[in-house]
Amino acid sequence: MSEAIIYELSAPGRCAAHLPRLDVPAAEPLPDALLRSELELPEVSESDLVRHYVRLSQLNYAVDIGMYPLGSCTMKYNPKVHEDIARLAGFAEVHPYLPEELSQGCLQLMFALQQYLAAITGFEAVSLQPAAGAQGELSGVLMIRAYHRARGDTARTRMLIPDTAHGTNPASTVMVGLEMVQVSSDARGNIDLNDLSAKLDDTIAGMMLTNPNTLGLFDEHILEVTRLVHASGGLIYGDGANLNALMGIAKPAELGFDVMHLNLHKTFSTPHGGGGPGSGPVAARADLAQFLPGPIVTAHEAVYSALSGEALDIDADDPVADAPQYMRSLMCRLEMPEHSIGRIKSFYGQFGILVRAYTYIRMLGEEGLRATSEAAVLAANYIQASLRDTLPLPYDRLCMHECVFEGRVNGAEDIHALDISKRMIDYGIHPPTNYFPLVVPEALMIEPTETESKRSLDAFIQIVKAITEEAKKEPELLRTAPHRAPVGRLDEVQAARKLILRWQPEP
Amino acid sequence: MAHRIDPSCRYSKSHEWIRVTDEFGYIGISDYAQQQLSDIVYVEVPEVGDSFTQSEVFGVIESVKAATDCYLPVAGEIVEVNQDLEDTPELVNKDPYGDGWLVRIAIEDLGELDTLMSPQAYETFVKRVQAEAEH
Amino acid sequence: MTYIPHTALETEQMLASIGVERVEDLFTAIPETVRFPHIELPSPVSELEVMEELRALAGANATAQDSPCFLGAGAYHHFIPSVVNHIISRAEFYTAYTPYQPEISQGTLQAIFEYQTMICALTGLEVSNASHYDGATALAEALVMALAVYRGKKTKVVLCGGIHPEYREVAATYTQGMGIRIETTALTDTGLESAINLIDDETACLAVQTPDFLGRIHDLQPAVDAAHAHGALLIVVSNPIALGMLKPGGAYGADVVVGEGQALGNPLSFGGPYLGFFACRQEHVRRTSGRLVGQTTDINGQRGFVLTLSTREQHIRRERATSNICSNEGLNALAAAVYMAALGKCGLKQVAELCYHKAHYTAQRIAEIKGYQVNNNQPFFNEFIVACPQPAAIINKMLYEEYGIIGGYDLGRVDPALEKHMLICVTEVNSAAQIEGLATGLEEAAR
Repeated sequence: MSEAIIYELSAPGRCAAHLPRLDVPAAEPLPDALLRSELELPEVSESDLVRHYVRLSQLNYAVDIGMYPLGSCTMKYNPKVHEDIARLAGFAEVHPYLPEELSQGCLQLMFALQQYLAAITGFEAVSLQPAAGAQGELSGVLMIRAYHRARGDTARTRMLIPDTAHGTNPASTVMVGLEMVQVSSDARGNIDLNDLSAKLDDTIAGMMLTNPNTLGLFDEHILEVTRLVHASGGLIYGDGANLNALMGIAKPAELGFDVMHLNLHKTFSTPHGGGGPGSGPVAARADLAQFLPGPIVTAHEAVYSALSGEALDIDADDPVADAPQYMRSLMCRLEMPEHSIGRIKSFYGQFGILVRAYTYIRMLGEEGLRATSEAAVLAANYIQASLRDTLPLPYDRLCMHECVFEGRVNGAEDIHALDISKRMIDYGIHPPTNYFPLVVPEALMIEPTETESKRSLDAFIQIVKAITEEAKKEPELLRTAPHRAPVGRLDEVQAARKLILRWQPEP
Repeated sequence: MAHRIDPSCRYSKSHEWIRVTDEFGYIGISDYAQQQLSDIVYVEVPEVGDSFTQSEVFGVIESVKAATDCYLPVAGEIVEVNQDLEDTPELVNKDPYGDGWLVRIAIEDLGELDTLMSPQAYETFVKRVQAEAEH
Repeated sequence: MTYIPHTALETEQMLASIGVERVEDLFTAIPETVRFPHIELPSPVSELEVMEELRALAGANATAQDSPCFLGAGAYHHFIPSVVNHIISRAEFYTAYTPYQPEISQGTLQAIFEYQTMICALTGLEVSNASHYDGATALAEALVMALAVYRGKKTKVVLCGGIHPEYREVAATYTQGMGIRIETTALTDTGLESAINLIDDETACLAVQTPDFLGRIHDLQPAVDAAHAHGALLIVVSNPIALGMLKPGGAYGADVVVGEGQALGNPLSFGGPYLGFFACRQEHVRRTSGRLVGQTTDINGQRGFVLTLSTREQHIRRERATSNICSNEGLNALAAAVYMAALGKCGLKQVAELCYHKAHYTAQRIAEIKGYQVNNNQPFFNEFIVACPQPAAIINKMLYEEYGIIGGYDLGRVDPALEKHMLICVTEVNSAAQIEGLATGLEEAAR
């Protein structure tokens, strides 16, 4: 099954768009030197265009097709109402540079979301600006750097990062000009306290922690870890990728985190879009709020004339406001935090994603969010318990929202995690994350999420068991898998050696 | 899998080899190392004229899923780089001791060669590394 | 209300398999003192009620759908063909993750490969990545790449003042810990000369924007030549709709072309999600950041697509990656691809020409109004500066309240000295009647 490249469907003179005629007099043309001579875009009809993309879509697997237990990615169901709301003209057709009084709906939504996210995490302040988790992380590390510099301490140039960390942690650290120092995990998957203590000194700016970590384990000494780092003068950065395990279960701020990012596209059920857009707000304790990336939304009490609706006074403490001819209301504004690390992207954040996350929180509320985290943890433990005798389990204790097995089968030594994963495709499910975290050889990292039914979880468990049996009897079936996908196993070596990054006509 | 050891080279613990003529040396990675890396898709080499100390990173070898640093076995200045690797990095897989060489250097201190392993010592070293990997 | 499917019985069965009695027992690793905190949130509402609540919030905004809009400055209101929204609303696209399992992600991968091809065509360059977060971050990543090309040997970056002010701010944010120096010229400099004069042998790159923040089109040849004479890269920030007619950076010999791709089929959406496009010359491909899709074959020899050169990225290279970027703007890039394919070679040119002619007509019409001056000494695309008889903020307020028109960008926001200047933007959606309405409103406001 394959689909032509759209350029291969092209014929000169065809166009799928229906544009208006010029209804004003034409201007003098620009000098030829400033104009382009050619533009190689495809020329297709609307029906060919639609069929092309619909056929392409059918080559994809997606959450709306089936289980997608990709560890660390929180591939939960994305409610449809989110999509309808984000497309309301009152959100989708709003220009970011409108005067603030003409975009109060957007600003009030953002202000409320800042408060909701602060309530869920226990922090004081939130900036919604970062475009994705990695940008939230970059913001957080820049804030830690700014915090130390504001105190006149320029010697703290090193960041502690556990060996289980996401790759973005060391990458963000280096982008900020800090050096990374790796901290080991112990046999129970916690931070090794001895190793941590040995590495703490007055050159440490802070520590980047994911908790639960990428093994799906809640660090049993978390309060001790954060206490030790604070005692040596460092700050704790929280990687919020795994917040789906913690809503109503524990507040990161109460665990000793100082600043963290959240992944709205994971925890708050906004769709992943085949790789993005994400949204990575960053939250901080009170004394770090001044360093947040901006602008952020602030709310002020405003007094309006009841007759004209005109805003008369902002931040008014004036007794006249109580007179019946005036109305009080909130006026939201965009402001830069006092010592902000600056803008991390243009405008104010991934607004369309913020709308979806807001909707999600409004519909779930406190009880629903806690139930969500509980069910996510229940599902992961159910899978872990059910497969404990099927695959090696390197850290055998209750997990949080995901569990990590070794993709190895006794009696089939040549079979790798990759082979098991590719064979899962034949059974109609998406494979788990492979080869991460790096501390587990042949890792298979499974995050079922709370939206998979027991029937779906049971099917997954049966598939893994069936594949491990196949591995012993017919290993070739795994090694050459998938057999029932739109394409067979793809040659990644050839792709990297002979780079073809765009379509070009046959010479 | 069996691997070859070239008797005309000396070896580092990070699996680079050096073959010396006068005060110059060709440098590459061992057959064992290329097997561990599997299909090599790209080799990043330094510029002619760059200088490195002993055990300093001078290049990177990439497979599809990993990027591995290469360390200079002895200090020196790069006098030649293997241009063929730009289009055919698989030469490192096919002929690690021959056409798959990485750089040629002017050796700064011939005495540093004594810190490297002989072919026999390297063979023993690899056996120990393999035994450790199994446990 | 939750999206959890389990019945009470199923929950019990799962707990029994795990070997614990209650759901709470799964959380014993969490210190008791901080376990199960209260979250202060408003009471949850039903789907019906949430729709009402959000419709009310949406209703409190002025929209480019209901009001003629002459506001641009980096975010543009263009016509989006219906096919775009229908295609990106296919759940197979929007509920998929990053295509890490290529055998079941060929739809996303091929769509990105086609996007890359179209961005290369648009910019006149050889390599396009799969997108950055927005135009500002695409520029920041281009600067970081230029510094990497010179392996830290050149530590100065020159940013032309005509680059969108927010992009320059983002570039400063990204590079604040990198130990480099950024030099910038004034926004109101008329040409590129003063920026060109700042280039020296320490300079890793010169970045310029055309059409620039104030709408002016620049001939890039002197900038390309000067940058290359000093061994620096030339980075161009471009408006992709303008590239429907203007000579692209690649054709001048620029090394990198980046820009805000929102105008290609993505709605205004109060500033995001947008997409940053990024294209460069082949020789720099290994220094680029962000995902790249490459063509290959499967075990049966059939054409297929994979993410490639992943060793540049954080999940493999970690602290030595070219950037920390992971998620990008996949769905927005898909929208851009569908938009470019729907318009095609002729359509995109037609949109660009509509913008150009309508903007020039509007400029001429406003120049006729007493009290207003239009600065058109330099060629412009679809934005131009209008000097007003009163502060732009006051005129805009009147335009909206009396005529329901969203006026131009108040340049006092970037420079208080320019408070009586606005940047008017005209696109193909602004009809002759809307332009006439604007002229009438401006005339009234001057009285």
